[in-house]
Amino acid sequence: MTTHDHGDGPSRRRVLECMTWAGTGVLWTISGGVPHSLGLVDEAKASEAMAADAKGLTFLQISDSHMGFDKPANPNAKGTLEEAIARIKAIPQKPAFMIHTGDITHLSKVSEFDDAEKIISQAKLDVHYVPGEHDIIDPDIKLYKERYGRGTKGPGYYSFDANGVHFMGLVNVANLKGGGMGSLGEEQLKWVEDDLKGKSASTPIVVFAHIPLWTLYPQWGWGTEDSAQALATLKRFGSVTVLNGHIHQVMQKVEGNVTFHTARSTAFPQPAPGAAPSPGPMKVPDDKLRSMLGTASVTFKQGEQRLAIIDTPLQS
Amino acid sequence: MTRTKFLALGAMALLVAAAMAAASPARAADIEVKIDNFTFNPQQITVNAGDTVIWVNHDDIPHTVTSKTMAFRSKAMDTDDKFSFTFATPGKFDYFCSLHPHMTGTIVVEAK
Repeated sequence: MTTHDHGDGPSRRRVLECMTWAGTGVLWTISGGVPHSLGLVDEAKASEAMAADAKGLTFLQISDSHMGFDKPANPNAKGTLEEAIARIKAIPQKPAFMIHTGDITHLSKVSEFDDAEKIISQAKLDVHYVPGEHDIIDPDIKLYKERYGRGTKGPGYYSFDANGVHFMGLVNVANLKGGGMGSLGEEQLKWVEDDLKGKSASTPIVVFAHIPLWTLYPQWGWGTEDSAQALATLKRFGSVTVLNGHIHQVMQKVEGNVTFHTARSTAFPQPAPGAAPSPGPMKVPDDKLRSMLGTASVTFKQGEQRLAIIDTPLQS
Repeated sequence: MTRTKFLALGAMALLVAAAMAAASPARAADIEVKIDNFTFNPQQITVNAGDTVIWVNHDDIPHTVTSKTMAFRSKAMDTDDKFSFTFATPGKFDYFCSLHPHMTGTIVVEAK
């Protein structure tokens, strides 16, 4: 993942690049700074891709896969991730890409990262990751950064553009201080400012990070202590969407131009804030489990301020 | 065994124990701190220099024991994993879980 920032109407530019390459028979996309070939294509396919661009942008969010989790709340977290990916594969209109808002693994083990990769790659979509606290347990965050952090800054933050939308993947799970909550840190906050410098206020912004970027329930550490500073930088933008995971349940809040949203986990549910003595895996009846796990799809349409977010449980 | 004899034996055992304690004042204790429901329990304890504190994670989620000054630091402890640290020097040691930093605890170490 790289931090390419095209700045100048990336949607049009991407289309132009598509066209250039389509002429030689290979369709490339540069979504998220990840140049990848869609293989040999004919002109019809290239124009299809461009038509999709014009219509808007749909991407998916998955979160909290917790590969390696095998406790009573869900002894088969691998199986439910497979189910989620199978559902994503079955979506008739292919989404542009996926974001994963962290806790890919339960204990940052190589085998857990391997399992996640094996299953998630079956969706055949680009995946833009940010780490959860469970992914950076090893000293130096080596395992996560080797796989997903190439070209990112600090513990793994970066930005990219797609269809005129500016995406920022932030890390609020590293170097946490005792007694606090999630934290972005001075260096990343400065980068957020720099990254947004010169961007027009009409650029739709999507920010994604693991722990909620609003103070949802501080008693359980569900919030980010220095997120207010990042949100202040984002204030001038007309459309800001903040996507998080961590709490394993859907929560939404709208504040001015900012929509905050948390996605379900594919591994296990957690109690509603304050509904139990502590957060953590919540055991529910077997036939209820899949109604509390799932993914989200987010659609951006040109000219609409709010992005449409649809949460889909594994089983309704 | 009559009750009197039993009591006498008990008293002797106590005397022996007291004598042993007096003879080896350096004998250190193991003290357990439970990690349960995202809390350290007891949250604050006072131990003697030389005592060993053993943390045991009873949650279905990994936790760490991380000193604020990095005087000690566990790896991530999965369910039922243990971490122990022997406090050689007196002082007040604040610690937290580096994965869930709202979880905090304190070990006060007193000189013997």
